[in-house]
Parts: sequence; C-alpha cells; structure tokens
Amino acid sequence: MPKVLITGSACQRFTGGKTELEVAATTFRRLVLELDQRFPGLGKQVEEGMAVAIDGEIFQDAYAATFGSDSEVVLIPKIGGG
Amino acid sequence: MNYITSDLKVVGSRPVRPDGVEKVTGRAQFGADMRMAGMLWGKVLRSPHAHAKILSIDTSKAEKLPGVKAVVTSKDLPHIANEEAFVGEGPMNFRDLSRNCLAWDKALYEGHAVAAVAATSQAIADAAIELIDVKYEVLPHSIDVEDAMADNAAVLHEDLFTAGVDPKPAKPSNIAKVVTFKKGDAEAGFKDADVIVEGRYTTKAVHQAYIEPHACLCSYNADGQVMIYSSSQGHFMVRAYCSKLLGIDLANIRAVPLEIGGGFGGKTLVYLEPVAIALSKKAGRPVKMQMTRDEVFRASGPTSGATVEVKLGAKKDGSIVAVKQVLKYQAGAFPGSPIGPGCMCGFAMYDIPNVDVVGYDVVSNRPKVAAYRAPGAPISSWAVECAMDDLARKLGKDAIELREQNGARNGTKTHYGPTHQNIGFLETLKAAKNHPHWKAPLKPGQGRGIACGFWFNIGGESSAGCHIAEDGTVVATSGNPDIGGSRASIGMMVAEVLGVPAERVRTIIPDTSSIGFSFLTGGSRVTFATGMAATQAAERVVEDLKRRAAQIWEIPVEAVEWKDGKAYPAGSNAGAFEPLDLASLALKAGRTGGPIGSEVSVNAQGAGPGFGAHICDVEVDHETGAVKILRYTAIQDVGKAIHPSYVEGQIQGGATQGIGWALNEEYIYDAKGKMDNSGFLDYRVPVASDVPMIEAVMVEVPNPRHPFGARGVGEVPIIPPMAAVGNAICGATGLRLYDLPMSPPKVRAALDAVAPKLAAE
Repeated sequence: MPKVLITGSACQRFTGGKTELEVAATTFRRLVLELDQRFPGLGKQVEEGMAVAIDGEIFQDAYAATFGSDSEVVLIPKIGGG
Repeated sequence: MNYITSDLKVVGSRPVRPDGVEKVTGRAQFGADMRMAGMLWGKVLRSPHAHAKILSIDTSKAEKLPGVKAVVTSKDLPHIANEEAFVGEGPMNFRDLSRNCLAWDKALYEGHAVAAVAATSQAIADAAIELIDVKYEVLPHSIDVEDAMADNAAVLHEDLFTAGVDPKPAKPSNIAKVVTFKKGDAEAGFKDADVIVEGRYTTKAVHQAYIEPHACLCSYNADGQVMIYSSSQGHFMVRAYCSKLLGIDLANIRAVPLEIGGGFGGKTLVYLEPVAIALSKKAGRPVKMQMTRDEVFRASGPTSGATVEVKLGAKKDGSIVAVKQVLKYQAGAFPGSPIGPGCMCGFAMYDIPNVDVVGYDVVSNRPKVAAYRAPGAPISSWAVECAMDDLARKLGKDAIELREQNGARNGTKTHYGPTHQNIGFLETLKAAKNHPHWKAPLKPGQGRGIACGFWFNIGGESSAGCHIAEDGTVVATSGNPDIGGSRASIGMMVAEVLGVPAERVRTIIPDTSSIGFSFLTGGSRVTFATGMAATQAAERVVEDLKRRAAQIWEIPVEAVEWKDGKAYPAGSNAGAFEPLDLASLALKAGRTGGPIGSEVSVNAQGAGPGFGAHICDVEVDHETGAVKILRYTAIQDVGKAIHPSYVEGQIQGGATQGIGWALNEEYIYDAKGKMDNSGFLDYRVPVASDVPMIEAVMVEVPNPRHPFGARGVGEVPIIPPMAAVGNAICGATGLRLYDLPMSPPKVRAALDAVAPKLAAE
C-alpha cells in the first residue's frame, strides 16, 4: 500500500496532525475517495486545494494520475503563479 | 511525439514577433480602445477611509443628474455565501471577490469601491459620483503586517478565525491562517551547527505596475446575453468570475480577450467587469469603465509587504545543517496572500536535512493583494539569499561554491515534500561561475552580489487548435491571452510540426465561445501547456493530411510520410507521386473528407521547475545613497527556448522589476492609511536609463514532459534581484541592509550610522 505524505498544515487539521498515511489507492481519484472516507472533509480539501507529487512530479487536478506501492506520494498546496 | 533531440528548423529561431507591427503603430486594440454604439461611461465611487463601517449610501441625487442612466451598489449584486473554489489564480473566495468589487457593510481600504454610476459622458459620471452621499463610521486601521497582527489591532472581519491552529480560536483575528512546513528537527540541527547566521528582513508592498490600467466594455442585452471586452490574463476567468458574482449562466457570457499592456499576475482577477455588467443591466446600454493610474494603485492588488526572519546553521566545512524561517505576509483586505509558495520556495534550491518554516497570512487595510510574478517567492528569497551571502562571508567561502555545495539536484527531497527530478540548478550555478562577469575585476567602492531563485511553474487545462485555410496557410488558435510571447511560441511549435516556415502560421486568441476552455495565463504555463495542446493539434492535422494524400494517391496511409511541409510517398515501392504540399491538399479538402483542422484540450502535467542565478555589480554614491547598477547578468534554466528573444525578454523584464523592488518601489501611506504616492512620478519604477543592458544567459536542461523540452520562464527572473542587489551593496559598503526598498535615504542613513565608527577606526 503506498504511503502518502501530507505536508503543510491545511490537511493535517483533518488528520489530527498525522502526516503519513497508508492509503489503498493507485490513482489520485481513489486516493481522494479513500481519504474522505477516513477523514470526512479531507477529500474536498485535497481535491480542490492540493496538488499531488508522485515520485517528484507534480500533478494538479488529475484523477488519472497513477502511482505504485513504492511510489513517493506527497500532497502539497496547489500552485498558482503570476 | 517528442522533438527534444530532433533537428529543429523553427523552434529555437527568432522570427519577427507576430504582434509587433500593430503595437508599434498604435493599432493594437486594448481595453480602453473599445467602443460600442450607445455606450455609457462608468465610474466608481471609492472610500476615502482606510477602515470604516458604511452606515448608509444615498444615491438619489446622483440618479437625478441628467445624463446618469444607472447607479449601483453591492445591493445590485447577489449576496453570495462564503465559498471558495479554485477557478482563477489560486483559491478564490467569491464572497470576498464580490465584496472587493463593491463593498458590503465596510470599507476595508482607501480606494475600496462603494458605488458606481453609468452616464452619457465621463464628465457627467465624474460629477455623479460626487453626489452620492455615503455615511461612514471611521474605524482604526492597520497597514503593516505586524501592526495588523497585534492584539489591539482593529479586526477587519468579525467572522475570520485563524485557520491552521489547534484548538480553533474563539476570537476573530486579522491572522487568517498559519502554515507550517517541517523536515527533520531544526532545533537539534542548530545545536549541531558550528556557525549560525540570523536576520530579520522586511519588504514593503509593491505594485505590478503594468503600463495599462484596467479597462473593460460590457454589454448586458435584454435577453440576458452578455458581451465582455476586457484586458485580462484569462478571458475564461473573467467569464467564470462574472458568472459567479452575477448569477449568470456561463454559456450566456461571451468574453473577448484584448491586447494586454502588462499583467504580471495583477490581471488574474476582476475589478470592473462585474460592476460594468450590473450597470449595463440596469441602464439597458453597454458600459465602458477604465481605471485611472491613481485608482490602479489605490484599488487594485499589489503584492504583500512582509517581514521574514531567517536563521541558518552550518558546519565549518559549509554544509548547512538546519534552517528556520518565519514569514508574515500582508493579504490586504481579504485573506489570500501567497504565504504558501513563500514558505515553499525560499529553501527549495537547497538540500538541507532540517527545516522549520512557519508562515502567517494576515489581513490589513490595504487593497487585496493579487499575484505578482512568482507570488510569495521573491520576498522569501530576499531573506534566504541575503543570509546565504552572510553565511558565505562568515565561512570565508565563495558565494557560488557554498550554493553548489548545498544545492538541490535530481533526487533531493524538498522541505515541502516532493523529490526534485529533472532540474537544472547546478547547471545554472555552473554557468554563473564560468561566466566572465563573475571574475571581472571591480574598482574600489564597487561591489558584486549573487542570488538565486526557484519557481515551480504549472501546467493545467489548455485548449489550442490548428486549422488549414483553403489556400494552405495555417491559423493556430490559443485559449490564452498573450502576455509574454505565447502567440509566437505556439505558432512556432505548430509550424515545426507541420514543417512550414513560422511566417505561414498566424496565431489568434478566440473568445470564450469560440474555443475550448483554458485556465488563465499565469504560472508560466502557456508555452508549456497550451503549447502542448497546440503541438498535439498540429500532429493530428499531419496524420489527417497523410490520410488525405493516401486517398489521393490510392496507397495505404502507412506508405505516406510527412516532411518539410509536404506529403511524400515513403520509398519507391509506394509509387512515383509528386509531393503534395499544404496548398495542394487544402484545395482538395472537401473531396478528401472536409475542412482540415483539429482542436485539442489537455490538462497538462509535468511542468518542470525553473532555477535562476543573478550576478549584480553596483556602485554606491556615499553622498546621496543612490545605488547604480553597473552590470547585471541573469542566468536561468529555461528547458528549451522556443523563441529565444522572448525568453531573454522575460528574463530581462523580471530582473528589472526585481531591481525596482530592491531599490525604489514602495507604497507610502500617511497617518490615515491613505496612499501618498499613487502615480509613477512618486512610485518609482525603473526606467530604461536606470538599468544597464541585462545579459540573459539561457541554460537549456530540457523538460522531458514537454514535446520540445520547454519549461516556464516568466516568473523565476523576478526572484533573485533583491538579494543580488543587497549582496552587491554589502560587497561595496560592508553594510547589510535588511529593509526594502534600499532607496537613497535608507542607504545614506545606514552609511551615516557607521560613519562615526569608521572615522574612529
């Protein structure tokens, strides 16, 4: 099961401060659903406010982004720009 | 398809810019140029107070003035709930956006829009707003971030409670949120350090200072259809925000993009369009609105002023073992400063085992901040890069070598989580070290500084098209307003794929009803993401052209190849046919299946981050405190420069803005919270005579996720200049300045402060 790292504090308030979770998911979509099931409200926060970095590559708004059990999966705040 | 290792004929060359002629002859259509039959002039009444309750607004006298056709206040916009969505540039709270366009119960900054009129002439509109009687109850205000954070500061919003703290506070606060990023154990790391460097740095709010003020022409028709002509960084964003704020279906709004006279992030939201539409609806006629320069300063988003405390701990050999940073950013009247990116970017260039970063998003009585080129990062790097320089001096190390030693590379885990892949920071530093500027001799009294910068760059949703006209010329379409040369880069990528000269492709930006959705122009994303869509559209067209050639020649499509703009039989076995060029195939388009064209929509992922390193030489006039930039070299990893002249322009422009931020630009407020310098005479941006020719050096480490290897380039160059200049001043004078801008009075004061000591020595 991949380990998902949550950095920043926006999501940690849903997880009670936990920053590392094992999640049964191999796509970003499944990840969102699993997290919301365990921590109600976290799914929306992740889907709308976070990007996911999979093995260093950042994906934003990408349900189909996939990862394996050995992948580094990190949730970071969504990035904008100017 | 990936063209990174291909022999390219168009990409990488420098064709004449496609929008140049109409811009230099004054024919380009900007927001203020638009006219429509029956048009009215709109004008906004703005609060004279930095913080006040709005007790009442009496518009009756204004309504009676001959020539006035409509007056609106916030009552004319739907009052919408507190709702956040990521539609434009960063999460947007639509209630706050609505309140920013027209105040509800409070004026939150001097310049805050309170009411608006539409009249048959500008003079009548100006007179009408003077007749609107607003009763205010003036409240205490706070401008600077730490003043707004103080326990006794007047609270801007009674329903704002600090997020990110546990337990949830019971009292409202001006601190909207706290964010933290930690890696390892910084306190333990500092105990292990041989050398510690600390500093408290401040910045003032600066404006994006685009040459073109906000302007729009909006028409609400009786059937509920709306036309918007405006200058923006995203006409789909304009459509979406107006839809949300006014409760109009998206399909009933058609937003037409116009040329833009600079955006830099400041035009990634709306100020005038919702108001103009409301006025148009009430008046039954189109309404044109444009801000004066004074209004742009007082009422549109500058970037944050901030305080940043930084602490670095290193071993004697130069390896950095622990860092700590506390950032406090002004958000302006509503939450939403770029505190998140500020927290993430300062140390993103370095491989440091123990990191502790805390950031505060703080509201204060200033215009709501808007994005400004790499939002959040310049402020953060101002502090970090000055501290790195101090660390290098303390260790007796070369400033570039210290950065190389601790520099991020492929496989470095950042403090905000992801591991860097396919980055070019070390290559950028190497290019800086090997550049003649770094070793050029300096005269007495001159100083040299170096500083670095990082920005993520983004991809996102983009639409682009490629259409072959009946004569074989090409129209490329882009869903993104062109603020930095993307029309050229998209046209060039399409030309490369089709195998035709760049001049055969004309790129246009259709309105929101004529092309698929595109996320706005920002985040250095358009050449990357919309370029990806355009490349795919051109590739589909090539496949279609091959199919048509196969049909004409009656051979299998696998026996057709496309090269240099023509279809060829692939080998002698395929048959002896004359090649077919675009014109020949376009002539037979109808008979071979219909019009030739393709539109592609993508959600582009894999935008590679960018790194920059800037070298700056200065001379300080000890009598006036003026700092002269003698030489400036900006080195940046650009992935692949699609059109090198534009990339150089982005680097030079960003560097110049950073120099202005470093040396002169600031909002100056009086005791009542009113801006004193709301014009370019007193808000001093660099002009051509202030800076030398900036040498832009492009390092190309291709981004493997883009068909041509491109990375975003527009934002990185604004990040290093403040510290590069500050480090150069330190080199020239021996003085570390901590407060921006390093304007002549401040430099002179710093020199005066040490003069007695120097005299004694």
